[in-house]
Parts: sequence; structure tokens; C-alpha cells
Amino acid sequence: MQKVYNKILSVSGNVITVSANDVSYEELAEVTTQRGKSLAQVIKLENDIVSLQVFAGSQGIATNDEVRFLGNPMRVTFSDNMLGRIFNGSGVPRDRGPALTENMIEIAGPSVNPAKRIIPKRMIRTNIPMIDLFNSLVVSQKLPIFSVSGEPYNELLARIALQAEVDMIVLGGIGLKYDQYMYFKNTLEEGGALSRSIFFVHTASDPIVEGLMVPDLCLAVAERFALKGKNVLVLLTDMTNFADALKEIAITMEQVPSNRGYPGDLYSQLAARYEKAVDFDTAGSVTILAATTMPGDDVTHPVPDNTGYITEGQFYLRNGRIEPFGSLSRLKQQVNDKTRDDHRAIMDGLIQLYAQYNETEEKRAMGFRMSEWDKKLLKYGKLFESNMMDLSVNIALEDALDLGWKILAECFTPDETRMKTDLVNKFWPEEAA
Amino acid sequence: MNKTKGTIVGINGNMISVAFDGNIIQNEVGYAITGEDRLKSEVIKIQGNIAFMQVFEITKGLKIGDNVEFTGEMLSVQLGPGILGMVYDGLQNPLNELAELHGFFLKRGVILDALDFNKKWAFTPTAKKGNTVTGGSILGHVKEGIFEHKIFVPFNYQENFIVKSVVDKDSYKVDHVIATIENDKGDRLALMMYFDWPVKIPITNYREKMVPKEPLVTQTRIIDTFFPVARGGTYCIPGPFGAGKTVLQQVTSRFAEADIVIIAACGERAGEVVETLREFPEITDPRTGKSLMERTIIICNTSSMPVAAREASVYTAATLGEYYRQMGLNVLLLADSTSRWAQAMRELSGRLEEIPGEEAFPAYLESRIAQFYERSGLVELNDGKMGSLTIGGTVSPAGGNFEEPVTQSTLKVVGAFHGLSRDRSNARRYPAIHPLESWSKYKSFNQPKSIDDARKILFKGNEVHQMMLVVGEEGTSVEDYIIYLKSEFLDSVYLQQNSFDSVDGATSPERQKYVFNYVHDVLMTEFSLKEKNEARNFFNKMRQLFIDWNYIDMKDEEFNRQEAVITKLIEENSSDAKGI
Repeated sequence: MQKVYNKILSVSGNVITVSANDVSYEELAEVTTQRGKSLAQVIKLENDIVSLQVFAGSQGIATNDEVRFLGNPMRVTFSDNMLGRIFNGSGVPRDRGPALTENMIEIAGPSVNPAKRIIPKRMIRTNIPMIDLFNSLVVSQKLPIFSVSGEPYNELLARIALQAEVDMIVLGGIGLKYDQYMYFKNTLEEGGALSRSIFFVHTASDPIVEGLMVPDLCLAVAERFALKGKNVLVLLTDMTNFADALKEIAITMEQVPSNRGYPGDLYSQLAARYEKAVDFDTAGSVTILAATTMPGDDVTHPVPDNTGYITEGQFYLRNGRIEPFGSLSRLKQQVNDKTRDDHRAIMDGLIQLYAQYNETEEKRAMGFRMSEWDKKLLKYGKLFESNMMDLSVNIALEDALDLGWKILAECFTPDETRMKTDLVNKFWPEEAA
Repeated sequence: MNKTKGTIVGINGNMISVAFDGNIIQNEVGYAITGEDRLKSEVIKIQGNIAFMQVFEITKGLKIGDNVEFTGEMLSVQLGPGILGMVYDGLQNPLNELAELHGFFLKRGVILDALDFNKKWAFTPTAKKGNTVTGGSILGHVKEGIFEHKIFVPFNYQENFIVKSVVDKDSYKVDHVIATIENDKGDRLALMMYFDWPVKIPITNYREKMVPKEPLVTQTRIIDTFFPVARGGTYCIPGPFGAGKTVLQQVTSRFAEADIVIIAACGERAGEVVETLREFPEITDPRTGKSLMERTIIICNTSSMPVAAREASVYTAATLGEYYRQMGLNVLLLADSTSRWAQAMRELSGRLEEIPGEEAFPAYLESRIAQFYERSGLVELNDGKMGSLTIGGTVSPAGGNFEEPVTQSTLKVVGAFHGLSRDRSNARRYPAIHPLESWSKYKSFNQPKSIDDARKILFKGNEVHQMMLVVGEEGTSVEDYIIYLKSEFLDSVYLQQNSFDSVDGATSPERQKYVFNYVHDVLMTEFSLKEKNEARNFFNKMRQLFIDWNYIDMKDEEFNRQEAVITKLIEENSSDAKGI
């Protein structure tokens, strides 16, 4: 039985209210206006007053437009037919393919029992030394890429998507610019990965509320594929747009804002999505990489700040490079002891010296005389930046480790590097010694 | 008592408003019924005949007009044998048992018993017929792992009772009646091995609360030597994300010299709990020879689990801690992170449309934080034994800025402050506890004089370092430069510790005393170093040797050999011919 209402009591922002009975929380409704049909979701119930957020926005809604409750919460289709398809933020195809309506599953389901999780132990190699060597990506990890607008974060995501060893890719675009959407599509197509990808794309020109559903749609589908044994990589870009959509709804609903207008439950909202990353012990896995732009390059902005507390590390993308400071993969300790026995030592050693180089570089910029040690550091820093940090470097982990020793040997004596003696004996390049 | 009933009249996120008739209690538990599911909820505000309740589950699918059944009981936990080694959610639902029943996902509306009601425990009675007892008196004990688990008269009985009967020594299930007691009015009570206790009420059945004195050894050098924690004390670890709060808590939970460790993973990543969950059963506790899990309780309400249960989880953890403290044990409660708990309060406060305080936190934030930390303490129990509950909480300040309400409210009430610094973690100096900003009101087992000397060097070294950033190395005297190198030396070989190394990860008090004395001697030595390059090379070399030394087991012969090598190097460069 579907209930139809023809009297909209209020329209405020993208939220409308109607008077209705027997409506359940988070139920979907269809609003028919002269512009067409839009989905809406129940976000508050008070006696018989039902508040709904309208995905297509409230522009053009007439007070006598039709609101029809569908009797179910937001759902999405799930089948192998989805591979290679592109959907919008309401789960409707935006390519020219047929609509998929079989096997509908609920989105935003319950969270995984922590007791059923396993310790992630499998590294995902990307052949980017700043990731593989310094901050290894691990199956089931959730990692954001923090950057300012204009940095090539989507390019980085696309490259990881192509090079990472996963079974399939789910891309969620939230407020994605149209050219970036086409870039993803073309890059994955050229790389031959489109047929193992599913896109849920909400572009910048679509109504903002529609973007709210994108992470849940992506993750619900990814979770199902993972349960069927697939290792799924979910790319979300850009989660700051998602948070801004949350903010807009919260303000419309007159919630008390906590920090710069964002709702008090921003942390929980983001966590509910990111925590969908999982490695099932008898099935597949979900790994999440998300772009989070930092307004004003400010990491203390509520969105990157809350994200950083939720995710298992973060990559800072600055000046087209992954910054070694601040970038962190919290799960790297699970995998980088099984690669090669110098991995951890090289990782720490190179970074400590690079930190010293930065101090020296500051002193140099202020015009101080450089000591012998300073000169060594300067040489080291230059080599490290050009041979290791540059994003165009595309080498396997083992080659990156060898490269690390080579750079050290070109600049320092073994005891200046603070490396443990047995590692120096084993790995210090012969020709330099 | 007639159970009160109500119907839902409003739903907003995880908060429902319920019209009820009859009487209800603040913090009473009720169940919202939707189809097959019974969703556990707690009354948090009452206005006229409307109760505002937080629902401990997702509210999706609830409808106006759905029924709510009140229970007449406050939110409680089950106390009795079989809690150790368990993994609970914030409401004491056993997660392993849930997983067995319902697989990968946390099914909504499922509530299981916290204790195993089928297991039999070998009970040894100690109370005798005719004894006078009251709440908190001991009736007997059972063996729970390596501990003697005391069986108490429930803590809420204030008056005196006479024991009328006690069962014989034998094995019983937890719900077996083991004793009957009677008060002077002739009311007779049948007691079992378990009882319920409301989580938000502290257990106070002890003689006296004492001032914490004895250090609680964590085996982390910078903590034990510079910023110690006391048994029964409190401490907090604020730090921006990525500074190593959780790793520090994990290391502490592993190596701290407490009888029982309760880990409250409150609103944090599930992955981190999983590490503990999966690794602890495999690790042997060197002090008992048993698995670490046997002394651990995990309360796990991770960030994607319902927010209201997160609010309850720290109270659940504190109650379990107080319960084991009552047995004369030293309990350490690690809460990670108290900011998530505070945020849960904030979310709720917002839904209640309360007038917000700073950063939209509720006005009662400060008093709630104080009440929570005040549940710690060293107490003299009624039988004269001592028990303690130590609370260490991490704080996740927004933007890493300590000037925010949760950090500031916490600093007012704790005894030690381990502030983590972004700069130190960026430079991979772990643990990233800031040696100049942190403090502790408790006493270390190392000599106060030596610690003070070391701190002065750190302070001066930092001054020299700041100056060098301005005037450059050439503008600094060799004497000052050596002080700087000494402070860096202290930092590298003593303050920094590799928590992933089997030897360096945990430093026993004996080793700390020994090595710290040695480091102190080095700091106090006058060196015959004439110029900066020479000084830097010397300290580089010594640091190298010292770090290697840190990785050698103290019982290993190599330990003494390495020490001799270091001593020789120091003697060669000391201006005092004898050296150290």
C-alpha cells in the first residue's frame, strides 16, 4: 500500500514537511513536481509531521505537489551486471544502459562485529615509493588524501586504481567536476579497468543533497562484493563535499552547529562510512581511498580533522608530491616487517635525515654559513626529493629500498645515518664504501 | 511492580520522544519495539508525560505510534565470575558470542547475557551461618584464571544482614543460590554469584579512599622516569591524530604492571581493537606465564557502532574496574578516546535542544569528565586490603589544539599529563610525549635529583637549539653546542623507545634505574671536545652504540660487553681523566 499526500506544509532549504501517518524513520518518498520526479528521505518525525530531504533540491516544488511514500528505506541494486556501469547519486543509471531493479539491497546496513574482523596483513603494492616504502597501503585500510583544491588528487587516485592489485573498483564521486568524471572514465577505460569498475557519480551540477547517498551506495555494493570474495577498492572524491552537504541539511533542520557550522555528529557520520572498510576472514575485503580537500590548506578544519581521527593514516598531497611529514599509514607496521629486513630502518632513517635537511634548508635560506654536515644534508635532501619523492617515480618496493641505500651512501658515512650496524654491514652499497 | 508503557511521538536521529503513562525513572531502560526488534533505550530527560530516550541502536524503520516498554531498572551491567578475557560492546553484550550467533554483522536488537550461565565455578565459601554481613561483604570465592574472584553481597544493600545459610564447597552455575541472608525486619534474600549494578553509580563499599603513592610501572621510559603514573591515579594523553595515542595505550595495556587491564575502545577505529583482540591471546604475560587475555577485559564500542552505546561504554568500563578493585586488585582502565565519549554527549545534547556551551559541548561536560576520573582511586577495603583503579584516558582535541573544552576539563582533574606533539611524531621521535610540556604530580622510582638534572639539560638544550635556529651553528659556543648534543643524546637513547622491538619496547624498572644512572653520568660528564665537528661525531658514535645497547637483553652477556665499549669511548673523550 502506497500512501500519497498532496499538501506540503513547509519548504525550507532542501527540506519539506508533510502531515502523514504510519511513516517510518529514514523511509523513502517520491516527490512529483512539474520538473519531474525526485526521491526524498524521512529525516525527522514529530507526531504527524514528517520532514523529508529532497534529493533533487526544493526548487520548483509547489505546495500541492504529490508526495508518495514508498514504504522502504534507500536501496540499491546488486548484481554482476553493475560492472562497467555508471549511476547517479540516487542509484539511477546515468549511462545509456538499462535500469537495474533486481535484487535490491538496503544501504547503510549494520556495522561489522569487531570480533569478526581480522588483522590486515596483506600489502597493496602501488609502485609509488612514497606509498610502498614509507606508508604502505594495506588491504582493508581506509586512507584519505588531504590536499588543497588544484592538487592532482584525482590523478593520483586514478593511478592507484590502475596500478593497485585489487579485483574491482567502486568509484564514488561527490560534487565531482564533469571533466574530472570524464577523466576517471577515460583513464580507467584506457587502462582496461572500466569493465571491473562501478561508478556512482554525483557531479557538481547535480543537487547537493543527492551527493549524500553516494558513499552509502558505493559501500553497500562494495560490501556485498567483498562478501562474495572480491577485494574491492572504493575511491571517494571528494568527502569534503559530502560533509558540506551534511552541514547544509543540519543547518536547515536548525541543529546546533558545533564547529564552523558543521553538525555535532560529523565524526560519527564520517566514521559510519569509513568503518565499512574491512577484511572478512572467510571472504573478500573493502579498502577505501578518499580525497578530502582542505579548505585553505588547513588541516585543523573540521572535515580533515575529524577524518584524520577516523582513518588509518593519511596522505598529504602538496606541490604535486606526497609529503613525507604528516603522511602516515597506520597499518604499515602490519606489513613492512615482512617485505625486506631493512624496510623499516630505511623508512625511518631516510625520514629523520630529511627532517634535518629541512632545518638546514631553513638556516640556509636565512643566510647562515653551512657546516660540513649541513652541506651533506643539503646534498641528501636534493637527491631524496628528485629520486624518491617525485610522483612520476614508478618502481617496485625492492628497487626503492636499494635506491634509499644508494642515496645514503652517496651522502654520508654509515655512522652518520643512525642505522643499526648489522643492517649497514648487509646493505651498504659496496662501491661507495 | 507494574511496568510502564509508552508510545513513540517523535524520532530524531538516535533520540525518540515517548508519551508514557505511569511512573518512570531517570536513566531507566526501555525497549522500543519495531516488528521483531526490541531496541534498547535509556531515558535521559523527562518532561511532563514525555520521556526523551536515547536509542542504543539504529532507529531506521521506527514509526510514530510504536510501543515502548519500560523496565523499571537503570542501565546496568552484570557483575560476577567470567568477565575476564571477555570482549563486550558498550552495553556489555559479548561480541564473540554475538558473532557465533549472527555472523559478520552486528544484528540490531540482539541482547545476550554478559556472563556464561552454563559454566560451573568451583565455589569456596568463607562466610558462615550466623555471620553479620552487608553490601560488599565477601561470601566466598571462585577461581577465575589466575585470580581469586570474590563473591560479594550485592553492593546496594546498606543495612546489616545475618547469614542464614551458605552452600558447601562445590561447583555451581552463576545463578545458583549460594547463600540466604536476612535483615532484622525478617526480610530474607537469596543471593547468587552475580548481580546487576547501575553503571552510572560508583561503587563505594570501601573503608577509605587514600592518596595514590606507589608508581604504576608502564615500562615506557619517558613515562616511568619523567612523567610517572600512580596506582589509583589518573592521567591523560591528549594529542593530534597520528601522534601515537593509541599505540601508546596498546603498549601500556601490554606491559603495565597492573593485575587487570580494561581497555575501553570508545568511538575509535575497529581495526585497532582487532589487533588487541587477536594478539593478546597469543602473548604470554611474563609475570604470570599465562596469556595476556586472562587479565584483560575489552569494552569495544567503535566509531561506527551506535553513538548512545558509546556514551555508556566508559561507564561500563569504570564499573567493571571498580568491581575488580573491590577484590583487592590493581586495575588499570585505559579509555580511548574520551573525546569521542564527550562528542556522544554533544550529539545527544544537541538533539535535546539544550543550550550549548563552548564548541557546542553541553554545559555539564566538565562535571561529567570530573565524575568519570573520580571513579579512580586507591582504596582501603572493608577487610583492610588495598585495591586500586587507575584511569588513563586519551583525548583527541580538534585540530590538535589543547585549548579546547575536553582537554581543558580533563587537565583540571588528572594527576599526570602526557601531551603528544605533532612535531615530535613528524620527526619520528616516539613516544611523542613532549618532554618539556608534559607533567606529573606523582613520584618516579628514579632519583628526583637526577631527573631534575636531566630535565635541566633538556630545557637548556632546547634553548640552545632555538638560538641556533636564529644565529646559526657558528654563532653558538662549543659549550652550548655540547649541551645541545647532550639533550639530543638523552632524547635519542632514553626518551625515545622503539615500541615494536621485543627488547626496547619494554624497559623494566631495574633496567631503567641502571640505564638512567648511566645516562645521567654522561650528561654530567665534562668532555674534552674542542670543536663542534668533533663533538658531533663523538655524540653520533655514542648514540649509535647506546641505541644498539638498548636492543640487547639485560640478561645477555653482550649487554656488559656493549657497556664496556661505551664506557671506553666516554673515557677517551672525558676531560676528567677518570671518566665515569
